[in-house]
Amino acid sequence: MSDVRAIDYQGSERLTMNMGPQHPSAHGVFRAILTLEGETVVGVDAVIGYLHRCHEKLAENLAYVQYPTIASKTDYVAAMCSEAAYVMAAEQIGQFDVPRRAQYLRVMMAELQRIASHCLWLGTWCMDMGGALGGGATIFLYCIRERELVLDLFEALVGARLLYGFHQVGGVRYDIPEGWTAQCRSTIDLIERRLDEYEAMLEENPFFAMRTKGVGTISTELAQDVGISGPLLRGSGIAWDLRRSLPYSSYEDFQFVVPVETDGDCFARYRVRMVEFRQSIRIIRQVLDGLPEGPISSRPGVKSLAQVKVPKGEAYARVEGPRGEVGCFLVSDGSNKPYRMKWRGASFSNLAILPHILVGCGVADVVAIMGSVDPVFGEVDR
Amino acid sequence: MTAAYLSLPRAVQALVMGGVVLGALIGILAYVTLLERKFAARMQSRIGPYRVGPHGLLQPIADGVKLLLKEDLVPAAADRAVFNLAPVAFLVPCLLIFGTMPFAPGIGVSDLDNGVLLFLAISSMEIVGLFMAGWGSNNKYALLSVMRAVNQIISYDLPFLFAALVPVMLAGSLRLSDIASAQSRLWFIAYPLLGQLSFLFFILTAVAAENRAPFDILEAESELVAGFRVEYSGMKFAIIQLAEYAHVLATSFLGALLFLGAWAGPGPVWLGPLWFLLKALIVFLLLTWIRWSFVRIRVDQILRVSWKLMLPASILLLIATAATIVWRLPHA
Repeated sequence: MSDVRAIDYQGSERLTMNMGPQHPSAHGVFRAILTLEGETVVGVDAVIGYLHRCHEKLAENLAYVQYPTIASKTDYVAAMCSEAAYVMAAEQIGQFDVPRRAQYLRVMMAELQRIASHCLWLGTWCMDMGGALGGGATIFLYCIRERELVLDLFEALVGARLLYGFHQVGGVRYDIPEGWTAQCRSTIDLIERRLDEYEAMLEENPFFAMRTKGVGTISTELAQDVGISGPLLRGSGIAWDLRRSLPYSSYEDFQFVVPVETDGDCFARYRVRMVEFRQSIRIIRQVLDGLPEGPISSRPGVKSLAQVKVPKGEAYARVEGPRGEVGCFLVSDGSNKPYRMKWRGASFSNLAILPHILVGCGVADVVAIMGSVDPVFGEVDR
Repeated sequence: MTAAYLSLPRAVQALVMGGVVLGALIGILAYVTLLERKFAARMQSRIGPYRVGPHGLLQPIADGVKLLLKEDLVPAAADRAVFNLAPVAFLVPCLLIFGTMPFAPGIGVSDLDNGVLLFLAISSMEIVGLFMAGWGSNNKYALLSVMRAVNQIISYDLPFLFAALVPVMLAGSLRLSDIASAQSRLWFIAYPLLGQLSFLFFILTAVAAENRAPFDILEAESELVAGFRVEYSGMKFAIIQLAEYAHVLATSFLGALLFLGAWAGPGPVWLGPLWFLLKALIVFLLLTWIRWSFVRIRVDQILRVSWKLMLPASILLLIATAATIVWRLPHA
């Protein structure tokens, strides 16, 4: 506090600046301690853990019927994905059957969730670059407007807008209500049209290109070494998408493209996510067209905590969330609660890339790169 | 009443007019903020202020009262004298600019024969108050912010000046009222090619010189929280805000005078100032439109655009104007 400036041995003046834990562009409570020379970042120290809620310990004390609702809260921007990972791990241990209709519904919700999550990412990222009192806020509000429509769909389905509790071991808890299909179709049609508007607004804008092209470049080797996943990995030239590479929940039934960009910069990650938007819409259309009839769960509705018992064993289930691989490792001792649970958060692993790409950037690039990594701190700290 | 005013000595006239302009200005500024908020809200598919008074018309007053009643904090480590003086040092030049501006023939605090230069000189003095605010706060965000500000304002004052000199050359006078009357037949924005280009340059450089988004790197709240005014609260914050809007409005008036024919318009002569205000507000909304449409660009890019693009291009434009004038006017 007293000595704000330290002189290094080269005689240049260095400045230590805190970005966070409370900062307008922090996507959660994250503290980056930046060492600056002028405006150039020469050192980054990342401090996480402000949002730690003992999720893994919590899971040991909650029954299999209870935890899916809590699993929503790890990545609260893409709640459907962490729920799915948890119940899929339990299903793998117990080798529980999941009806096809339930699998299709899971796919549809995961893709709707991806759209909602990418909407929030695009809006907040542009707000990081454009400012809450500038053009960024305009795009942010447009994106939020579209995200609300998707949340309306979720609300009609489960009654909640953010944290759902939609999945249960052996299937899903809710079937789609009457009229929902039409609402869903009109929503994705609308969002598809609006995506063209965003692209026109951003890609034909020289300022946007100046801020994103060549900024925060992740090379293919670095991406592999650090172990990032999701759009970051695909933006760096590696075609790895769990939905395609290790299909789960009937993803092999659907046709979609896994977008890959080779530049590895912020703009490449933006392009990957914009294509994912459209591919998600494509998958949702296929689900709506081919939704099979039948039960939505292989197990009866939840009546008591002891109802779901998983045999002894362990399993690792992973799903492709909007931010990358969301993994859940589950050890069962045969009771109605897991013996041990471990999350692999996509944001946590992706955040590890920051010290590699932030050094040498300007302060303004730090927020652009942070936004393009799209961390959700509920998932980082858990 | 007009006769009584005209019979007064020049110094007293200026004093009276100064009071009138200042009073009108504060009122207009309060509502310009509301105008911007409504305009931005419509761009973003929102409604904007709506609760205080009909259509939010009393919102500026509520904001003013709120800011007056807020606690005035001075950081312990701040340089108290500089910190407290900075908002005033920032506000004074921003209001003083209006002293150089005639609002109709004979109406205005002063109308000097070097009006444009005086306007630009006073206008660039705002950097002093700004730097005092950033330096006196003893805050790292504020310090980085004013480092950017000095870079940016110095870089953009030159192309801004050159863009403003095109109408000066076309009119052949630095006196603002002469420039206005030179447009009685043809507004300078309608002057083939030169007028449109220089107006475009004027708007772009004005956005940058006013530190408005997308060139608002010095208050860049996603990077520097609020930049140079991060430590200010209450009335001092309000003063800084007021000064910024005054500066933008003054630039809008200058734009309306240099390019849009100032007070020329249909109707009786006394409508002149209203036409002038209307045109200034159009320029203001143009600046606002740009502000709410683009993402911010980086400080090094801003400097690069200025020195490598704006400055040479505006000098070329100036040379082209000179050539046009020499070519068009018969040699005496």
